[in-house]
Amino acid sequence: MASVTAEKTREAPMRTDADTQVGPAAASQEEMVEKISIRNLDFYYDKSHALKSVSLPLYDKRVTAFIGPSGCGKSTLLRVLNRMYDLYPKQRATGEVLLDGKNILLPNQDLNLLRAQVGMVFQKPTPFPMSIYDNIAFGVRLYERLGQAEMDERVEAALRRAALWGEVKDKLRHSGLSLSGGQQQRLCIARGIAVKSSVLLLDEPCSALDPISTSKIEELMDELKNEYCIVIVTHNMQQAARSSDFTAFMFLGQLIEYGPTEAIFTNPKNEQTQGYITGRFG
Amino acid sequence: MVADHTVKSFDEELKRLNQTISQMGGLVEAQIQAAVDALMKRDAEAAAKVVRDDARIDELELQASNLTLRLLALRQPMAVDLRQIVSALKISSDLERIGDYAANVAKRAIALSQQPHVRPMHAIPRMARLVQQIIKDVLDAYVDLNAAKAVAAWQRDEEVDEMYTSLFRELLTYMMEDQRNIGPSIHLLFIAKNIERMGDHATNVAEDVHFLVHGRALDQIRPKGDQTSFAVLATAPGSGTGKPEEVQS
Repeated sequence: MASVTAEKTREAPMRTDADTQVGPAAASQEEMVEKISIRNLDFYYDKSHALKSVSLPLYDKRVTAFIGPSGCGKSTLLRVLNRMYDLYPKQRATGEVLLDGKNILLPNQDLNLLRAQVGMVFQKPTPFPMSIYDNIAFGVRLYERLGQAEMDERVEAALRRAALWGEVKDKLRHSGLSLSGGQQQRLCIARGIAVKSSVLLLDEPCSALDPISTSKIEELMDELKNEYCIVIVTHNMQQAARSSDFTAFMFLGQLIEYGPTEAIFTNPKNEQTQGYITGRFG
Repeated sequence: MVADHTVKSFDEELKRLNQTISQMGGLVEAQIQAAVDALMKRDAEAAAKVVRDDARIDELELQASNLTLRLLALRQPMAVDLRQIVSALKISSDLERIGDYAANVAKRAIALSQQPHVRPMHAIPRMARLVQQIIKDVLDAYVDLNAAKAVAAWQRDEEVDEMYTSLFRELLTYMMEDQRNIGPSIHLLFIAKNIERMGDHATNVAEDVHFLVHGRALDQIRPKGDQTSFAVLATAPGSGTGKPEEVQS
């Protein structure tokens, strides 16, 4: 794995921490591990070319934000990372996506295993129509056989880490759908955590939430990034600025600029990036 | 600079902020001129007016900081907008300080108007002209986003420092010639120091312009021509020359 990260080749404009003088990413400078390496990734919806030779690293224990106008390919990129696109015919990806050094685009990739490792949370909360407890336990049962006590423990641990335990511990048998939007979103994150994932993909996780619930999700991301590689797609520039360590700006299927969030938002190198984040776009 | 914002009112607010800075710059230049004129013409009334008029610069600074606060809170500016707004805040505070120095010069001009003429005063208008030119250049550089021009002006501050050093020596000699010269000479020395400090604040503005344009600090070391901190008087008894020692650096 180390040799894989050492010989990375990149085409998109890359920036390093040296470009910024200070910053959260620069401040906690324990060695950064490339959890996912995206290399020359192309993606097609049938004939439409949605991602064009995208290459970038996604670091472990860091939050990476994808920003860009609608249709720029950021959600598509997220969907490649756990091969969500496999559910649809005529969609295909070429290039490499290395998760811990292993190319997940290969046909022999175990998709269930991949999706347990790479959890995803969507724009609209998607709790299963079952109890809060079962929402968590359901996924775990797919991969592991646990006794009742162990399962209880697992559910509690996941809900605690998703900062939801205090609010739901007395109503674990209530329907997941009875929760508020923000709670449902945290339930979905807990569901991802419970199956021992190591990557969390968040696709506009706060766009349907009020500011308080949004803050709770952001605080949660901040907590969880100590153990996870987190990728967030957001239209909210302030959210990307507040909560991510690295930011990738995409436009028309291409990665335009990638770098430490602080550098992107104070001194972007690319004019399109600048136009987009300052509200001078199109 | 770049294209307009999709939201037009954002551009208008930024423009207002820039206009406030330009207006402050214009006033500051006029105040320096008026203070030096009052000094040279020994016109206490004109000098008093300069002191009073400083309030207008203070008002504009308050206006600039309110605009800045408002833009930061309501627009959440990013990238070049953010740099522009932060630079404007810093520049307004430097300009305000330059205005204070002009008022200080005027205050001492009032005191000097009641005392005998000090010969070395002739150096002041030349020094002030150079500082005014530097201030004008850095403000033009701000408006035109011309970092090269700002850096060129930044370098010229060395000349101001050198003029100050040379006036400092001249005044030392002058004071030693006749102790009755000491009172007015000290006023004049403070005036020169105030003008020299104006130049220093102008270099801050130049650095802000560099940051605004390039997004990183100016990383050169500014050449310094003010050597007076190292000057010593000949104290050996009977040296008798009455001249200050050569400035050590």
